[in-house]
Amino acid sequence: MNAIRPGPLPKTPTGIEGLDEVTGGGLPTGRPTLICGSAGCGKTLLSASFLVNGAARYGEPGVFITFEETADELGRNVASLGYDLDALQARKLLVVDHVHVDRSDIEELGAFDLDGLFIRLKLAIDSVGAKRIVIDTLESLFQGFDDQATLRAELRRLLRWLKDRGITAIVTGERGDRSLTRNGIEEYVSDCVILLDHRVNGHVSTRHLRVVKYRGSAHGTNEYPFLIDEDGITVMPITSAALEHRASEERLPTGIPALDGMLRGGGYFRGSTILVSGTAGTGKSSVAAHLAMSTCERGERCLFFAFEESEAQYLRNMRSIGLHLAPHVESGLMRFRAVRPTLQGLEMHLVQMQKLVRDLEPAVVIVDPISNLVSAGSAEDARSLMTRLIDFLKSRGTTAMLTNLSTPHGLEETDLNVSSIADTWLLLRDVESDGERRRILFVLKSRGMAHSNRLHEFLITDRGVDLVPVEASAAVAETTARPARRQDARR
Amino acid sequence: MKKPRPAAGTASIESWQGRTWDFTLYIAGQTPRSVAAVENLENLCRRHMAGRFRIEVIDLVLQPELARTDQIVAIPTLVRKRPLPVRRVIGDLSDTERVLRSLDINVRSA
Repeated sequence: MNAIRPGPLPKTPTGIEGLDEVTGGGLPTGRPTLICGSAGCGKTLLSASFLVNGAARYGEPGVFITFEETADELGRNVASLGYDLDALQARKLLVVDHVHVDRSDIEELGAFDLDGLFIRLKLAIDSVGAKRIVIDTLESLFQGFDDQATLRAELRRLLRWLKDRGITAIVTGERGDRSLTRNGIEEYVSDCVILLDHRVNGHVSTRHLRVVKYRGSAHGTNEYPFLIDEDGITVMPITSAALEHRASEERLPTGIPALDGMLRGGGYFRGSTILVSGTAGTGKSSVAAHLAMSTCERGERCLFFAFEESEAQYLRNMRSIGLHLAPHVESGLMRFRAVRPTLQGLEMHLVQMQKLVRDLEPAVVIVDPISNLVSAGSAEDARSLMTRLIDFLKSRGTTAMLTNLSTPHGLEETDLNVSSIADTWLLLRDVESDGERRRILFVLKSRGMAHSNRLHEFLITDRGVDLVPVEASAAVAETTARPARRQDARR
Repeated sequence: MKKPRPAAGTASIESWQGRTWDFTLYIAGQTPRSVAAVENLENLCRRHMAGRFRIEVIDLVLQPELARTDQIVAIPTLVRKRPLPVRRVIGDLSDTERVLRSLDINVRSA
């Protein structure tokens, strides 16, 4: 049989950041989509975003049929996302109809249908020329009536009716015990089903979204974390780990001239990932601060995620070694984001980090230190987060520097095992010699460039960091490394 | 021993004797179900409250905005406005015995 090959399925953008990427363009145009999840998972807010974006950004008026909340309650709830439903209604871009079904005052005496509901839908749709509709939640109908056979027939008729009108619909359903929805609504919606989930793990809550079904369309099958904040809903697609990032030849000065020399050619590759690991107090943050300084001095933006110190503390510490970051913070080139890792789940960290990167478009992102993220989840989760963050940054050509606190016994290991995804790996360590504790830096690896293999003494001065090669003749055993102070920097 | 009191809501019914019952019936076009509901209600009223009933039939196909303002979902919907309290039932009213019971139409007193 030679079936006519259907063209690409037309899609209707939701305008929800990330969701349109995950679904390859949005929801199926002219068809119903089921959004299900337990109470408080964000069904209503996601549905409202679909309508508000449709009206405000795509010129598609919408209808919101709400069973559970009154129009006022709905308006108040979505106001937290910055949506003004009243204004949209005044502009004839939206209709909100609260359908009240109270089983206690309706007795069923003989055969009935839901023509009243159909008439209301038609009236609402026609009054604004709606292209989009939300019915939140269909489950309420099942609570409102006894005659399940009639309800199911009417539900089928309703979805068919919406399809016939070419309306792109979202119907919502409550999560059931053994099925996606309490009343098996998924049976009737064959085109697209999206499941929302709100989990609390170790007192940390995370929202997830998963496209369970999307007929006739490829879609991401992963669980994607999503965020609800004052800017609306953001879904974070897990960027395909396809290694197709452009490899830039451009170098970014490290901010430490001697280090630029060690990385033959003058610094890190733009868009690469630099890992700086070392034991406590070896100067990891100083290396990061130098990169931040040189970035801002070039007039590029730098985003700094501080998981250990507050912004003020960090600025003060860096000022003491001659790195004045405060003016760059004031000019807006430098942006700090100090958060306690345990304040929220790892997924939320990732979502917020990605969002900030999209908003600020920094040239350089610094995470100091990544080791602290483990406290907000398992090491495995933290590693997965870092991998995804790095993929995301690479795909944007953003240079990333991650610092990692290592233990003295596992210097060349990282708790998170992220070293394999780092392009350049700087190792800092303490050595004791002549009754003195010294800091040593060396380049463990740096992909795609020749680099010095020599140990360098890492000097923290009041004008920043300087590096001096350790004398070749000196025994470079951990305990006796002796730098050739201020000598010609043989490399 | 206390005298049994009438159940809530029936007091007004009892005293409704001799007064006019007021019904609103919502239908949607001339579908068999809607037509049946109108006929069933009229027959019932003629038999049990002859001359003392008023039936307003609202066809939502003609007045769709009333579906919204009066919160109608199912068709047919019958609203008993008088006597109070307001009572709603849905369906084609084919089972006369149940309709009488649900609307508190006391066959004797009505």
